[in-house]
Amino acid sequence: MTAVAESLRLNLTPTVRYVLRWADACLIHAQRLSEWCGHGPVLEEDIALTNMALDLIGQARGLLTRAGQLEGQQFDEDQLAFLREERDFFNPTLVELPMRRSSAHAPGGDFADTVLRNLLLATWLKQAWQRMVSSSDAELAAIAAKALKEARYHQQHAADWTIRLGDGTDESHARMARALARVWSYSAELFAADAVDQAAVAAGLGPSRAALRDDWLREIDAVLAEATLARPADTPFVSTGTQGVHSEHMGFILAEMQSLQRRYPGGVW
Amino acid sequence: MSADVKNEWPLWEVFVRPKAGLDHKHCGSLHAPDARMAVQMAREVYTRRQEGSSVWVVKSSDITASDPGDKDMFFDPMEDKVYRHPTFYELPESVNHM
Repeated sequence: MTAVAESLRLNLTPTVRYVLRWADACLIHAQRLSEWCGHGPVLEEDIALTNMALDLIGQARGLLTRAGQLEGQQFDEDQLAFLREERDFFNPTLVELPMRRSSAHAPGGDFADTVLRNLLLATWLKQAWQRMVSSSDAELAAIAAKALKEARYHQQHAADWTIRLGDGTDESHARMARALARVWSYSAELFAADAVDQAAVAAGLGPSRAALRDDWLREIDAVLAEATLARPADTPFVSTGTQGVHSEHMGFILAEMQSLQRRYPGGVW
Repeated sequence: MSADVKNEWPLWEVFVRPKAGLDHKHCGSLHAPDARMAVQMAREVYTRRQEGSSVWVVKSSDITASDPGDKDMFFDPMEDKVYRHPTFYELPESVNHM
């Protein structure tokens, strides 16, 4: 019988929740993006996607470290990434959805979903970092300043693909339109501000998600117009990952991501 | 939309400048759909460990190269003309990268 690491019991103040939301958005987005490693549509894009995943993991590390300090029990980035229960992860649902990458087990995938998810998220994160550089928390401000450069590049890369594929062939346009319809309904959550956002604004910690929407939409609309893609209509559906209530996919991500630390607590390499 | 559908992306040659003041140096090639994407891909593939501060790309098909078969005629005659090398001058210490 071998010990298995127990889950953390966290003191989830609004401040800790706020920082964990950004940290988990980066972490789970990176975990999904890294699934492309060795499977990219072309070698160059394979490297681009995994470079972006590494940028996002770097951002998640800084944010998790800060969340651990603010939480008070001095949990480190690894403990927070690998020893939290699903309900204690606060990423938006969009980042945990399957990448629809084709494989032997899942034929019929589509690179279009990855492109559009990257566009929506990079634009969203860029808007957030732009505001968080003036955070009352010096650590958050420094993380945002570094992340902003990376997010600007991620956005440009995703926008270029969106335009090429949207305004490409009939086939690529149709695929992009279908993928856009799939991801769009998960975008409402990116702006569904709540008490945690309000507390962060009051403390000068960072922006409310609601405040990002206008600038985000303007930039997304510009890219979609150039890509000859019509923006789908909004729906009443609002996903709930940022509340800790996740889709059925989240458990599988965590199982893969956490199994090593759960089995070998504190293991390093 | 182009009627002329190609299944292979063109090949691009990549030149990276390690730091300001130095020349761009050829460091390899890659496939990309167009020039803008080629610059991004070059950034991903060839500068991910801080190798560069500037990138050039040029379509490989736009390069006119000497014929390897002309090597004897083109280059061998220079072998015995040592007076063409500036080895008889003393360079000041401050001159770098000659």
